Amino acid sequence: MNNRLEEYLIEKGLFITAISSIIIILLIITFIFIEGFPAIESYGVLNFVFGSTWAPLKGDFGVLTMIVGTLGITFLALAMAVPLSLLCAIFMAEIAPSSMRRILKPVIETLAGIPSVVYGFFGLIILVPFMREQFGGTGFSMLTASVILTVMILPTIISVTVDSLRSVPYEYKEASLALGSTQWQTIRNVIFPAALPGVITGIILGMGRAIGETLAVIMVAGNVTQFPTSVMDPVRALTSNIALEMGYATGIHYNALFGTAIVLFFMIMILLVAANYLHYKKKVVIGGGYL
Amino acid sequence: MDSKYKIGIIITIIILGTYFMVNPGSGHESIQIAGSTSVQPVAEKLAQEYMKSHPDVKINVQGGGSGLGIRSTQQEIIEIGTSSKKLNDHESKDLTEYIIGKEGIVVAVNNKNTVDDLTIDQIRDIFSGKISNWKEVGGSNQEIHVIVREEGSGTRTAFEDIVMDEEDISPEAIVQSSTEMVKQAVKQDPQAIGFVSLAHLGDDVKALMVGGIAPTEHSISKGTYPIQRPFIFLVKGEPEGSLKEFIRWIYSSEGQEVIRSEKIVPFIANVSDDS
Repeated sequence: MNNRLEEYLIEKGLFITAISSIIIILLIITFIFIEGFPAIESYGVLNFVFGSTWAPLKGDFGVLTMIVGTLGITFLALAMAVPLSLLCAIFMAEIAPSSMRRILKPVIETLAGIPSVVYGFFGLIILVPFMREQFGGTGFSMLTASVILTVMILPTIISVTVDSLRSVPYEYKEASLALGSTQWQTIRNVIFPAALPGVITGIILGMGRAIGETLAVIMVAGNVTQFPTSVMDPVRALTSNIALEMGYATGIHYNALFGTAIVLFFMIMILLVAANYLHYKKKVVIGGGYL
Repeated sequence: MDSKYKIGIIITIIILGTYFMVNPGSGHESIQIAGSTSVQPVAEKLAQEYMKSHPDVKINVQGGGSGLGIRSTQQEIIEIGTSSKKLNDHESKDLTEYIIGKEGIVVAVNNKNTVDDLTIDQIRDIFSGKISNWKEVGGSNQEIHVIVREEGSGTRTAFEDIVMDEEDISPEAIVQSSTEMVKQAVKQDPQAIGFVSLAHLGDDVKALMVGGIAPTEHSISKGTYPIQRPFIFLVKGEPEGSLKEFIRWIYSSEGQEVIRSEKIVPFIANVSDDS
């Protein structure tokens, strides 16, 4: 009797904790939509999303320049981070001796633990002057922001990739080597394809962090609401826009910032769906399960 | 058995807690201050110091913007409203204004920059993007990098009101989210120009003279340095009781010292000790 009650309570308790996180997310989404809808409605969806002028005090709320900014920064960062982190992960998982791995792993994990304001400050003090001296302009640019983001998302992609490479069954490697392939052929043709879904998950997580990063980007991107003509032009990201102006915004301007959040929400949804589709397409089905 | 006592104790605590929360320190007088976010730090400091010497008065300071400060004082929602801009006739109706100090906004450039002095018109043209090279204002042949604060910031709004008139700040200007970051950006970039409040000025950037007048406590209190704004406390009608005492304390040497320590030029500036 007592045991059954205990079981019941634990079961319900677990259910409540599980459901509460979903409820919190739903509440946040509802709140963002309620707050953001008035601005989008009064300014017009198309004007809001495809307008290129952001001048809140004059009543112009076009966020297209910021969508371009966010996408530009994110993809530039991914273009740099993905090759770097994949090669690093392959080295750590397959090639590095275990003594080296013991040093590399904590170092990379520390990289993930550094607060973003530190990255931002480093960027502002070191990277911005460097960029200005090398490439001219102000130094605040899309490229500067993506270099900082690259360093920030490296550890995420590396650790997930290392884990998925190492979870490939040892028999695969043995079989491949026994057939006479070299170590590089084994890695390229057997281990990496088998670990690909995990690698894609790592990239998705890295991308999520890059899109969501706010503070470091504010400090180095220049926050100009204009279309960039090159990677050396300053841009404003959607997240930066919200953080920059939330302190002062009132009325429709305040709603427009939540509108920005709605746009960001849809962008992340689209990217996640696309990434998950890729993840699904690339999974390797072996013996009923997949890796 | 035990848990019953525990529940009893918890309920008693909750009842007592609620009573004190609903009825905070009966016998205390409370003053609500709200308004300009620029005035907020100095108002908080004043409140803190005043409450130290007058433990029977509770002062609560909030932001919200100058407009909110003016409106809420008119509607008697709060006792003191704060504003960092001059009030027009319509706004100042029924309100008593106490100018507690003045803040200067400094146009700052890199220490390596050879330009020392600009007119208001030149500054306006630089920030609107009409002048884009330092050589047009007597400097070296280099592009000007304009650095501003985000839209809505108190310093930016004041700068726009005083300097820009009807012109807009160039959309190509780099936006930084705090005074400290504007200063950092100017400090590193020999071609940069930005604006910061006098309170945040240090040796790491160079303050430009405006029309030949350097931003100092002296020139600001005399009103000759043009880019400045008043910090105003507003009271509906005539202040009475503890409110009157608080305002009188602000103008005492003790209160003025607090204002000065926040790098605001006190209204009754002691002009003799600097030049």
